[in-house]
Amino acid sequence: MQPTLAIDARGLTRVYQTGDVHVPALRGVDLTIESGSFTAIMGPSGCGKSTLLHLLGGLDRPDSGEIYLAGQRVDQLSEAKWSVLRRREIGIVFQFFNLISNLTAADNIELPALLIGTPHAEARRRSQELLDQLGIGDKAGVLPSRMSGGQQQRVAIARALTNRPTILLADEPTGNLDSDSTREVLALLQQLNQAGQTILLVTHDARVAAVADRVITMRDGRIVDDARLNTNEPPAHLLSQLMRLEA
Amino acid sequence: MRNTLLALLAEGAAHGYELKQGIEQIFGDAWPPLNIGQVYTTLGRLERDGLVASSHVPQAGRPDKRVYELSDAGREEVRRWLVEPVSGPRLKDEFFTKLILARLPGVAALNGHTDPAALIARQRRDYLQTLRDLNGLLLKQYSGGSPTSAALLIEGAILHLEADLKWLDLCEQRLTEGA
Repeated sequence: MQPTLAIDARGLTRVYQTGDVHVPALRGVDLTIESGSFTAIMGPSGCGKSTLLHLLGGLDRPDSGEIYLAGQRVDQLSEAKWSVLRRREIGIVFQFFNLISNLTAADNIELPALLIGTPHAEARRRSQELLDQLGIGDKAGVLPSRMSGGQQQRVAIARALTNRPTILLADEPTGNLDSDSTREVLALLQQLNQAGQTILLVTHDARVAAVADRVITMRDGRIVDDARLNTNEPPAHLLSQLMRLEA
Repeated sequence: MRNTLLALLAEGAAHGYELKQGIEQIFGDAWPPLNIGQVYTTLGRLERDGLVASSHVPQAGRPDKRVYELSDAGREEVRRWLVEPVSGPRLKDEFFTKLILARLPGVAALNGHTDPAALIARQRRDYLQTLRDLNGLLLKQYSGGSPTSAALLIEGAILHLEADLKWLDLCEQRLTEGA
């Protein structure tokens, strides 16, 4: 049986216009994302990776091409229908967390559930479950400003997962974190994927991209490489090979 | 090995087996499996060069133990080695060699994906795989709470790989400009 596709995008193009200047951001991108996979899109700034993520997340519309989300065509939906679907099916995490500053961690996480009509008690149960799962169970009543960057990003991830989305999209999720928090957030994304969450991550940073199982390289609005990494345990002697001993 | 043994002897006189254990304890998994023969061979050379001196310590009911200690010259050698910066770039040049040679017409005419762009793409995949494996190893070093000393070595290797990947980007860019 073929793996089900979380996303199937065909022939996506997008041109931005500033005054008389046309800047092509995407020049025809085909991309399929299998359910349960962990994919990274890597490339320098301006390569089109964020535009692609925005199109897939419904934050922007393609000039041409088709987008299917879990089999359903979404690029032609009305704005109202798209936003309803988006709340249920897509979780997004950004570089700058984008938490609501006067809401506690738990309230931030519950908001997307309340917006789709989840009863309050159930939303609360779900938010505490996510806080525990993400290792910040004691932060439920804390405001974002009282948390470290790593903790805020965990809350943002929890918020993105509240409605059990088909796919979690992450745009430079560690771009604003120190190296310890980066390592923790990346480990967390790997754990979530191992528990079945489909993830698509966009980054300019090869180190971040390499936590995914598949790394797609973009240049100049196009996909130029699509590499599936070996997900086995690292080779046994890799560590000792790092020490280049003098004779 | 040579300088490591000298440095460990600065901690005090020791016999070969103690030195082997010392290395294993300090470096953990970062040091490749060590055989005692190597340790004795190196100690023999150090003694020949006057950097260590050995003496026989009698043991009840067993053969004498040979105990090594640093000479004054050995102490100076450790100090000199420690203070001297490690110089020289660490760029691996084999890929560079391939990339340059791949552009020769005769080499380019060889069958099968030998064009520079394909070489770069394959090399990038290989680096990404190693980066992934190193990330995995690194997470293990943190699994007990505080990182092991090997974590620093892995972090260093990761930073080098990141630089290698950036260099591949530069190679690719130059190539496209030339086309």
